[in-house]
Amino acid sequence: MPDLTSNTGGIVSPNPFWLASAPPANSGGQVQRAFDAGWGGAVWKTLGTPIQNVSSRFGATRWKGASGVGFNNIELITDRPLETNFREIYETKKKYPKHAIIVSLMVETREEWKEIIARSEDAGADGLELNFGCPHGMCERGMGSAVGQEPKVNERITGWAKEFAKVPVLVKLTPNVGDIVPHGLAAQRGGADGVSLINTIKSIIGVDIDRFVPEPRVAGLSTNGGYCGAAVRPIALHMTAALSRDPGFHLPISGIGGITNWRDALEFILLGSSSVQVCTEVMLRGYRIVEDMIEGLETYMSERGFERLDQLVGKAVPAYSEWGDLDLNYETVAKIDASACIGCQLCMVACHDGAHQCIHPNPDGSRVPTIDEDECVGCNLCQIVCPVPQCISMVQVPNGYTPATWNEHVEAGAQLRPKKGAH
Amino acid sequence: MADIPADRSEASFEDFKPAYTKAQAVVEANRCLYCYDAPCVKACPTSIDIPEFIRKIATDNVRGSARTILESNILGMSCARVCPVEVLCVGDCVYNELGVPPIQIGKLQRFSTDEAYAAGWRFHEAGSDTGKSVGLVGGGPASLACAHRLRRFGHRVTIYEKRDQIGGLNLTGVAPYKIKADRAAEEIDYVMAIGGIDVVTGVSVPGDLSWDELRKRHDALFVGFGLGPDSILSAAGGDLPGIVGAVDWIEQMKLGRLDLSAVRSAMVVGGGNTALDVVRELRGLGVPEVALVYRGDEAVMSGYAHEWAAAKEEGVRGLFRTLPVAFSGDGKVERARLVRMDEHKRPIDGSEHEVPCDLAIVAVGQSKLGELCAGLAGVKVEKGRILVGPDQATGEPGVYAGGDCANGGTEVVNAVAEGRDAAVSIDAWLGRT
Ligand SMILES: Cc1cc2nc3c(=O)[nH]c(=O)nc-3n(C[C@H](O)[C@H](O)[C@H](O)COP(=O)(O)OP(=O)(O)OC[C@H]3O[C@@H](n4cnc5c(N)ncnc54)[C@H](O)[C@@H]3O)c2cc1C
Ligand SMILES: Cc1cc2nc3c(=O)[nH]c(=O)nc-3n(C[C@H](O)[C@H](O)[C@H](O)COP(=O)(O)O)c2cc1C
Ligand code: SF4
Ligand code: SF4
Ligand code: SF4
Repeated sequence: MPDLTSNTGGIVSPNPFWLASAPPANSGGQVQRAFDAGWGGAVWKTLGTPIQNVSSRFGATRWKGASGVGFNNIELITDRPLETNFREIYETKKKYPKHAIIVSLMVETREEWKEIIARSEDAGADGLELNFGCPHGMCERGMGSAVGQEPKVNERITGWAKEFAKVPVLVKLTPNVGDIVPHGLAAQRGGADGVSLINTIKSIIGVDIDRFVPEPRVAGLSTNGGYCGAAVRPIALHMTAALSRDPGFHLPISGIGGITNWRDALEFILLGSSSVQVCTEVMLRGYRIVEDMIEGLETYMSERGFERLDQLVGKAVPAYSEWGDLDLNYETVAKIDASACIGCQLCMVACHDGAHQCIHPNPDGSRVPTIDEDECVGCNLCQIVCPVPQCISMVQVPNGYTPATWNEHVEAGAQLRPKKGAH
Repeated sequence: MADIPADRSEASFEDFKPAYTKAQAVVEANRCLYCYDAPCVKACPTSIDIPEFIRKIATDNVRGSARTILESNILGMSCARVCPVEVLCVGDCVYNELGVPPIQIGKLQRFSTDEAYAAGWRFHEAGSDTGKSVGLVGGGPASLACAHRLRRFGHRVTIYEKRDQIGGLNLTGVAPYKIKADRAAEEIDYVMAIGGIDVVTGVSVPGDLSWDELRKRHDALFVGFGLGPDSILSAAGGDLPGIVGAVDWIEQMKLGRLDLSAVRSAMVVGGGNTALDVVRELRGLGVPEVALVYRGDEAVMSGYAHEWAAAKEEGVRGLFRTLPVAFSGDGKVERARLVRMDEHKRPIDGSEHEVPCDLAIVAVGQSKLGELCAGLAGVKVEKGRILVGPDQATGEPGVYAGGDCANGGTEVVNAVAEGRDAAVSIDAWLGRT
């Protein structure tokens, strides 16, 4: 059996799967049930001065019959008394000494940070996560993303936390910035032991078209919320990778955003996450989803001969490069497996209207389209719309040109193959 | 592998429910709602975690999916094919409430377990030797499930089987359009691969080996010898050649070669699932005229409605409130004399008539074997059925029973559940002694 033990900046957990700081990690009873189900760690629902929440709080993207592809919330940090939270953290840690409990925090003044850090550590926290990410409500009060969007403030508060904390400190970054890297670097300068990302993305999930009010509706009004769930995964993957490959950034990462199964989690790990956190999919389907995450990852590792998780962390990062370093002479064309094709001709309309007009009706009258390979630019669109797995494949065609990138072309006059489809 | 001739009659059958391709399985898996405390699980006698195994198909964790299935039901590969899912898991899928086609759980279960067999995935190892030993009487699904679980606990097990091969009715009885004997035999090998399951064939208990002797040899016993031979019909001429018991006939079809070329009109007597299997099998083998003769009404037939609907579609004729009273023919059956019954199951005067019949298959039930337990003082038998508690224990300390001999004759999946649960009880009991 491969070893799934994960280490994120000194926070060790039996596997890399943590609950993100959110409703599923709101109380001791919940976190304990999650640990029983197999979760390796939990980031406790953010603690600070307890707030009062609105009703309702959530909205979801409905898309082609599936609800919750994207998810949005306007709830704030914990609304439960701090004493209760700390007592439950203590009890949970005592019962589950091997699991990681990370306490998420959000307060304002240096004194408040000092006090809440001391109390978290007294309760047994294995680590702290500074919530510099909440994009609604809390930022109006000068906290959350209001901190995360200002590198200087981020660095200063991270510095305070490191001054007071004995356990590792993770900084949770907000995706509501143009470029994530300066914010990761600010946390690093402040002395953080790692970063977590992403928190939610500022969003309006929908509009009630009968009442003319955005959703979720609170009486007659609404407000912008935080977007998360499967739909945000590409954004989170990019931000994770952007930090991972930055030569100046060296902190471990806890990856978050749209993880629903083992494969999603693995993608974060391959782009540099030492652990991963999940909120929305747990909210939608329960703690039990972790069984498949653990088992799927273990199977993947055993089948490929990986023994430890760290052998996977960041394994795909070196292959994330600049556009200018991609090989312009690498040529692929689409090929249709006629025996698999069901004749929907979605590839044809996609190519015709959305790409390069090189998929045509079959002259023999069958519904299996033909591809004009001289015109095909290898864009993948047809493969994406094809409903049959493995029916359309993108096949490399040798063209006699040696690999050449745009940068090599500009700098050294490397020869590029003639453009295709650019009439 | 057991000895299964290639040219046996059943070999010509196609699957009534064809296997899913991967694309089909993934589409169906993604439709499952992953219900919590799901009703489909409650309707499965082995309580397979259905939402979990289906979700794992959707996440491309098929190995995990197979593990989830086989953890609860080591005969999950055959159950996927032979379970009457319409009245079990699929019948209770919440989609039925929505008026949307229910999830095809059996076909998804088949997809994952077939992948496991093809890839050679195994999930269970024998436990470390406890030094205790258990004797199992009968080698059908109940005993196989029991033996496998006992091996996981580390107990030594020996199966005593009266025939020359184990497998029970799953090998010799189930309709070939659900599963064929060679596939059932592969499953037996899969179960046996845990190692350490000793098999003694050709031994009928207690005739060839007494209960006393078995008790001496083993620390505990599991009785899983199923039901006995076909019951016979008390009609004049009922012993003519061409009149056969259903279970016997099915076995010949599954493991041997039948010549039905001369049969034009076949009649199957009975209204249970065995009768419904036989009529469909006869049609599948090309017999032109197949009639089901049942003494009650269509509505009270104990066979499943979905099976009867399929049989009718395949061209089987139903003769209800009808009873054969005599058979006749020259050296073999050629004609049957039928009488119609009124609503009180009394023959209607003057309704007797003769029909052509060159094969009559009697499917009016199997005898019950509980009486064979007479040598075990504490075992209580009621109408031939061995009485057991919820832990599968009989009244005799250390003697457990499960499967058809204890439940009166149900499905493979019940036998598996009872065999497995008996192993858990036996393990606890052996710990105690
Ligand atoms: C025609 C037919 C079709 C069926 N179709 C289906 C179906 O489609 N789906 C489904 O789920 N179920 C079906 N069933 C029911 C299913 O086969 C049984 O419920 C199941 O096989 C019971 O398992 P068991 O282990 O209790 O008994 P069996 O399968 O009957 O196995 C008992 C074993 O014990 C052996 N034995 C008997 N007496 C002795 C003795 N004295 N000493 C030693 N060994 C002995 C027998 O030879 C046999 O191998 C069908 C049954 C029949 C008859
Ligand atoms: C209802 C809800 C409440 C949340 N509360 C917090 C919070 O208190 N602190 C925090 O750091 N993040 C909070 N988050 C953000 C999540 O921890 C997580 O970063 C985000 O949802 C992305 O992960 P996901 O796509 O798996 O949901 C919350 C998210 C949701 C949906
Ligand atoms: S999920 Fe539970 S708490 Fe939330 S609205 Fe529904 S019933 Fe109420
Ligand atoms: S999209 Fe795929 S299945 Fe449809 S016509 Fe094109 S190749 Fe065939
Ligand atoms: S009841 Fe139906 S939808 Fe729900 S888990 Fe079971 S198979 Fe899936």
